[in-house]
Amino acid sequence: MDFSIYRFNPETDSAPYMQDFTLADDLIEPGMMLLDALLLLKEQDDSLSFRRSCQHGVCGSDGMNINGVNGLACITPMKDLKAPIVLRPFPGMPVIRDLIVDMDNFYHQYREAEPWLVNDSPEPEVERRQSPEDRDRLDGLYECILCGCCSASCPSYWWNPERFLGPAALLQAARFIQDSRDQATEERLRRLDDAYSLYRCHGIMNCTQVCPKGLNPSKAIGDIRRTMIKRSV
Amino acid sequence: MKLTTRKFDALIIGAGGAGLRAALQLSNADARVAVVSKVFPTRSHTVAAQGGVNAALANVLPDSWHWHMFDTVKGSDYLGDQDAIEYMCRAAPKVVYELEHFGVPFSRLDDGGIYQRAFGGQSQHFGKEQAARTCAAADRTGHAILHSLYQQNLRARTHFFDEYFAIDLIKDDAGHVLGVVAFEILSGEPIVIEAKTTLIATGGAGQIFRTNTNALSNTGDGMAMALRAGVPLEDMEFVQFHPTGIAGRGMLITEGARGEGGFLINDQGERFMERYAPKAKDLASRDVVSRAIAIEVREGRGCGRNKDHALLDLRHLGADTIMKKLPGIREMSLTFLGLDPIEKPIPVFPTCHYSMGGIPTNRDGQVVVPMKDTPEDPVPGLYAAGETACVSVHGANRLGGNSLLDILVFGRAAANHILDYLEENRFHRPLHQGSVDQALARLARWDRKGDGEAVEPLRRELRKVMEDHCGVFRTAEVMQEGVTKLRALRERIDNAVIRDHSRTFNTARVEAMELENLMDCAMATICSALGREESRGAHSRMDFPDRDDERWLKHSLYSLQDDAMDYKPVRTQPVTVESFPPKERVY
Repeated sequence: MDFSIYRFNPETDSAPYMQDFTLADDLIEPGMMLLDALLLLKEQDDSLSFRRSCQHGVCGSDGMNINGVNGLACITPMKDLKAPIVLRPFPGMPVIRDLIVDMDNFYHQYREAEPWLVNDSPEPEVERRQSPEDRDRLDGLYECILCGCCSASCPSYWWNPERFLGPAALLQAARFIQDSRDQATEERLRRLDDAYSLYRCHGIMNCTQVCPKGLNPSKAIGDIRRTMIKRSV
Repeated sequence: MKLTTRKFDALIIGAGGAGLRAALQLSNADARVAVVSKVFPTRSHTVAAQGGVNAALANVLPDSWHWHMFDTVKGSDYLGDQDAIEYMCRAAPKVVYELEHFGVPFSRLDDGGIYQRAFGGQSQHFGKEQAARTCAAADRTGHAILHSLYQQNLRARTHFFDEYFAIDLIKDDAGHVLGVVAFEILSGEPIVIEAKTTLIATGGAGQIFRTNTNALSNTGDGMAMALRAGVPLEDMEFVQFHPTGIAGRGMLITEGARGEGGFLINDQGERFMERYAPKAKDLASRDVVSRAIAIEVREGRGCGRNKDHALLDLRHLGADTIMKKLPGIREMSLTFLGLDPIEKPIPVFPTCHYSMGGIPTNRDGQVVVPMKDTPEDPVPGLYAAGETACVSVHGANRLGGNSLLDILVFGRAAANHILDYLEENRFHRPLHQGSVDQALARLARWDRKGDGEAVEPLRRELRKVMEDHCGVFRTAEVMQEGVTKLRALRERIDNAVIRDHSRTFNTARVEAMELENLMDCAMATICSALGREESRGAHSRMDFPDRDDERWLKHSLYSLQDDAMDYKPVRTQPVTVESFPPKERVY
């Protein structure tokens, strides 16, 4: 199986380049994931750099651009990939080295969404009650693993990464706006109510298409907009 | 070149559940706290915990912390320290309610209370009916907890050193721990972080075995750091093999799948657990279920072409329950097996999952070592919590749902003790340069160029040795051979080299240093296993098939110096209630 992989080491390379790798066919086992292959390629060349950890799609470390589409290497089956497999770092994010990108701005926008529960009522000694129906509204929102696949596929985020929060952070905003226990809804909506933070989303829906957890940031953003409009009339 | 030095009141190494729970407690108390993690915090392995966290809330069935304590002591095969177990089970409801207040999206019951499910080894009335004690957020409880804790730490403005690799502890001649020498993975630059207290919360060492449920980052870094600082590791022979890892792959299928009613079958379609545990059946303790599967396969009743696994059947639960309560399991089965558990059973086999042993601590999270007049003398300034530590609440076998509980209770307890310690120790002690230089030499060692073996093949060999020589069933002869092989490997690792010598985000160097840590943890495990001549909990000796309370109701202590073994008594006295004396263990 042939690979073409984006290489860049700021210490030695003046510009990035694509390098060919080959993985012998007898090393490819049924059910193999792309990450398994990458780990074998790293044995050929230990300078090949990428992040990875859990190997089953819950830690969100190994997001990258795989044959043109963002995804997690550890849950992308080799059998679904056309050769040569072209691997690049996330588009629109500064490259640190090879497939490793600088996610500082992504995390910054996450923090901007103030992704924590706010509830200033006196604290009961037991749990705060929440009906199963209210809890169901968090499904599809809380499962985000912060891999960055969505924001790194969003043209609006590419153009305005400092001012547009991006789909991942907005999904978090929606997660807390939807939470019946949270008391900061007004404040959350107010913070998003400018020309950029939320409204730079043009409904391109790349985010939803690439999310490896099957979440729908596009819908979450739409829901925030609707809530905002409802409040303003 | 001047070395960057930073100073904090409290340092935490590791940003999983234990580290983040401790950090939150400290930040909320206005201590200056730093968290060092080799991965971005939400990538820590707590994120992968599925089934839930135990607490006697009695939301579904009657329950009490005392029954929880009994189950935990029995589950530990009586090797757990009963003071720590009492403390943990009493604190459980409170830490779970706290989590709920932090925003964890627990699944809910019709009355709005936290959803609880049945898990293995749980009972009402001290060993009678099945209990339902495991609080769950679907089958993504670890994810829900880790993200909520990280979020609360953001709110509390905890200081994070993301993607920094801790090399070694700094320790002065008087035995005080003064912080850590680390390096920033991004730049390759070393950094000294001085702190009045250091909490190790680096998780387990599951990567010492070839097939495991763990993240690649679970390389026992903190355990190995402790060993190199002269702290022995406790009970390392007790490695939990989870009954239901995906056969041949290792991904975890939560015990919650059996808690919701799933069961195991062999090639005859027989529910074989009825033979091994007539009462608890598929919800017996993990050691019991894992051994049962291994025996079924060994006696020729395994499933599949190679008759090498059992099947976990969930079909009778119906699509609704599976989609609502086990959505992550279904997603994983579809991804890795191309199989929908609504329609087909899942192939499973016991898989290395959890280190019961670790850095010895008391129930305040202080690291304790044997001294002349006591087996448990605190190391000033050093704490440990979570899987990296051994309090010991899990003894010889951990109950499902008790690991998330462990990290929360003892992360919090350690933080509380640290706050007291900071009151009395207001100043940093002088830095110990010798200790810093030693750590820097460990880092520089990998700058060596020239010929030498590569890291990855050595790592693979190490994991294979452990699997072949220290697996579910053990004998002296096979383990002795394993020790010999590991000693040879240790020397080869000393001479290994990496090809990549750049500074920027050098993952080859990180992996090389992880290999050294794995080596120390593997040696601790096999030497402790060879030492213990009995079968207890997860430790099954074919040559010593019975538990031997007379000789072996004690904790093992492995020291790096000469691979020496030592032992210390079990703390059988609880805090307030009566001790549970060892009894035969049936489920």
